[in-house]
Amino acid sequence: MMPKKGPIISNLRRDQILKSLKEGKHIDGRDLLDQRSIMIVPGIIEKAEGSAMVKLGDTHVIAGVKVGLSTPFPDTPNEGILIVNAEVLPTASEYQEPGPPDEDSIELARVVDRGIRESKMVDFSKLVIEPGKQVYTVFVDISVLGMDGNLFDASSYAAVVALMTASFNTYKLVDGIPVKTDDKIAMPISDLGVSLTFARIGDTIALDPTWEEESIMDARLTAVYDSEGRLCAMQKGGSGGLKIDDVFQIVDVGKAKYLDIRKKIVEAIENAKSGS
Amino acid sequence: MGNLIVDGKRTDGRGILDLRPLKLEVGSIKNAAGSAYIEHGKNKIYVAVYGPKDSHRYGTSMEKAVIRCRYHMSPFSTDERKSPQPSRREIEISKVIRDALESSLILDEFPKTLLDIYVEVLQSDGGSRSASISAASIALADAGIPMKDLVEAVAVGKVDGTLVVDLSDKEDKEGEVDLPIAFMLNENMITLLQMDGKMTVEEFKEAVKMAMEAAKKIKEKQKEALGKKYFEKVDEK
Repeated sequence: MMPKKGPIISNLRRDQILKSLKEGKHIDGRDLLDQRSIMIVPGIIEKAEGSAMVKLGDTHVIAGVKVGLSTPFPDTPNEGILIVNAEVLPTASEYQEPGPPDEDSIELARVVDRGIRESKMVDFSKLVIEPGKQVYTVFVDISVLGMDGNLFDASSYAAVVALMTASFNTYKLVDGIPVKTDDKIAMPISDLGVSLTFARIGDTIALDPTWEEESIMDARLTAVYDSEGRLCAMQKGGSGGLKIDDVFQIVDVGKAKYLDIRKKIVEAIENAKSGS
Repeated sequence: MGNLIVDGKRTDGRGILDLRPLKLEVGSIKNAAGSAYIEHGKNKIYVAVYGPKDSHRYGTSMEKAVIRCRYHMSPFSTDERKSPQPSRREIEISKVIRDALESSLILDEFPKTLLDIYVEVLQSDGGSRSASISAASIALADAGIPMKDLVEAVAVGKVDGTLVVDLSDKEDKEGEVDLPIAFMLNENMITLLQMDGKMTVEEFKEAVKMAMEAAKKIKEKQKEALGKKYFEKVDEK
């Protein structure tokens, strides 16, 4: 296995982080269940059908949506297609080398994909040109420009905002050949999945871990909530386990917190709309 | 919706808490340090463990054995031929299986070594990652890797609005929720947790408890399989 792509934490620093967590604070001074400051900027890439930049603390992510055409999958002839891809760019940190996505990037993309798909936020039945023949494919590409932990939430928010603000030119079939029209439609959005990631470090559960905290964490749990507070996707990561009671605590805390984040996402989108 | 559970029976005749037929075997691959074979529903999966083997490769650790895991599906394991190249799904599953097993193992006895876990799915059915974990854990025990507890995994799901244990392929594809979970029961610990589909927080907690009960049954089968290799012959004498 490749060595961990992250900072080596000295024992002194580790003790500092653990001491801080024991006292109920992240190493950056936040309460354990508080998130770092979030900046969400929709629409920063003009050529993309939808886009967003998200900064979660110093974690810096851009998501872009492009819409293409393809034939539908045989088992879902009446649905458009979603493809999520993520890449941690070599800009993200001194530990990141260029190259094809490694297992961490693939996991990241698949967890973001699951959050989008299972929250049913995009109505794929509306992304059909001709059933069984021609549908729209929605590509969500996530580029991690700067790394400071919790890529899951930052990438998820960026992808969600990029999708919610996306609009694209429709196609129609002329003699069976797709032709681009001048009609622009908005991405059919019916819900919004909010991702929250917790880390277990020793006996402490903390929301939104920084990179240093992730480097010494035992396990991680990401939970995605729909608008009604139902769980719609989860993923545990890390080589340690989670006590069953910790998992139950996490899903309860998540349920109490997801609305705050949801509000921030909706506000950012509204601000961007009124600004333009 | 509405045809996966009829009169409390599922499409394959099981009740909501019943596991599919489960067969576990230890020591199925001769050359491996430890190995196992599992049949769970239509899943047919071999696991071979090699190592801990000394390595000076880039990526080993001075503190503990480093685990590598490959979950791979044979091209003939699915309805449509599966390309033998590892898919993104297989890469992700390899990672979560490794994570699910690693917390059960005591690896600091083997610094500067590699421990390889090869999972080969010969035939896939619903819950192949869970079956792989249950089998890999006894393969690791067979290899003599010290561990805190066995790990067993099962998928719970929601089908026609009802929580059910051990999803079949059909229930996985047509049901509302798929929630694979792995446990270290002695430690009250969850080592794998993934979820697709919608359920309330209360339903989720109920599902975890149901999975735990199912895991207890699987653990009995694991112990039986290990016992068969290591104790039965002694008992006969």
